[in-house]
Amino acid sequence: MAPASAIPETADLPPALAEIARDFAELSPPERLELLLEFSEGLPDLPERYVGATASMEQVQECQSPLFLLVEVGDEPATEASERRVNLFFSAPPEAPTTRGFAGILHEGLDGLTVEEVLAVPDDAPYRFSLAEAVSPLRLRGMVGMLSRIKRQTALKSQV
Amino acid sequence: MAEPRNEDPFSQYAHPERLVTTEWLAEQIETGNVGGPDGVAVLESDEDVLLYDTGHIPGALKLDWHQDLNDPVMRDYVDGERFASVMSERGVARDTTVVIYGDKNNWWAAYALWVMSLFGHEDVRLLDGGRSKWVAEGRELTKDVPTVTGADYPVVERDDAPIRAFKEDVLAHLGKPLVDVRSPGEYSGELLHMPDYPQEGAMRGGHIPGARSVPWARAANEDGTFKSRPELEAIYLQEQGLSPSEPTVAYCRIGERSSHTWFVLRHLLGFDDVRNYDGSWTEWGNSVRVPVER
Repeated sequence: MAPASAIPETADLPPALAEIARDFAELSPPERLELLLEFSEGLPDLPERYVGATASMEQVQECQSPLFLLVEVGDEPATEASERRVNLFFSAPPEAPTTRGFAGILHEGLDGLTVEEVLAVPDDAPYRFSLAEAVSPLRLRGMVGMLSRIKRQTALKSQV
Repeated sequence: MAEPRNEDPFSQYAHPERLVTTEWLAEQIETGNVGGPDGVAVLESDEDVLLYDTGHIPGALKLDWHQDLNDPVMRDYVDGERFASVMSERGVARDTTVVIYGDKNNWWAAYALWVMSLFGHEDVRLLDGGRSKWVAEGRELTKDVPTVTGADYPVVERDDAPIRAFKEDVLAHLGKPLVDVRSPGEYSGELLHMPDYPQEGAMRGGHIPGARSVPWARAANEDGTFKSRPELEAIYLQEQGLSPSEPTVAYCRIGERSSHTWFVLRHLLGFDDVRNYDGSWTEWGNSVRVPVER
């Protein structure tokens, strides 16, 4: 793995995710933690229809704190399955800010993309945010788990 | 060093000076006795690396188990030089009273206390009930990171032998008292990892032969404080047949939950010789040809 200070590869990331990766890379490790905290605070609340419904969501076991996620894939019949829009919903408690921060990055970087774009996100994308040094590689595995579940639910729900 | 407390709810324990109450800490903050060259140093040690930054006890500084206490390359703790700079940066001198608290029932706080004990730091205490009790009582949190005047902590060589066990030590200890503090499913071998922590798995499930199963949480009350001495004695001495005069080794998965139990046995029940096997199941369960019981 490249050192955290190296410029991350972003060419194969969706534009919003690539921008986040570049933002993190430009900061010092303590500033990266501050930015992660901003993502944590910016994670949108669950919409009314999912409040209290974590049982219908998928728990990400790789996270050290409880995190639930749910993927919605648009069902416009006229649209090709691969072109349908993907929306992401997360639930994580405030006392788990790191987990919330990971979710916030993925939400800002992936929400509203098409099925095809989400499925094309490289599995090692979580290691492109220069966070290994500030957060530790062990903790980053939680984000890897989130991404793999997002992709799996997207594939299942779009039947691609 | 800080003055001893006036009223001591902890006098029942073998080493009552190792715990402080939230009331006591609040009083130290109020009287301006936190921080500064002669004051109490308060350190927050959490599993979640960002939790401190969302708000912490006024005057507290962050001590991250991963970034500050673990060697960045080898699976080991930092050396004396690095430890000295970690402490000095936080305004901690060799004779400073240090109070540690954290999330998850003080797991990581107990772990940090244990690591500080490897370096022989004399006056290091836990905030009974940890971060969650402080928050539950509606006490003040702040995002202000205090500025500290660096201290001059000496370079002290770590002395592992008295309180840390390595795999070879455990092999030599087989047949003597061992405490497995993991969940029942991990102990029995049904689970290869702790529920919710699959990234810290092992090739084999089970426990070290002869180990007693006493999940760490049995030592804690609902609010995260430690149980009373009679309650702890009922569990560890009467029920499990452990003895304060016999050498005992505690382990879990990576050594943090067993730091909590180590604290209970060493400081609350006064065991003379108790070591934490920090290699724990992530080492034992991945090792070739070590005995495993299921």
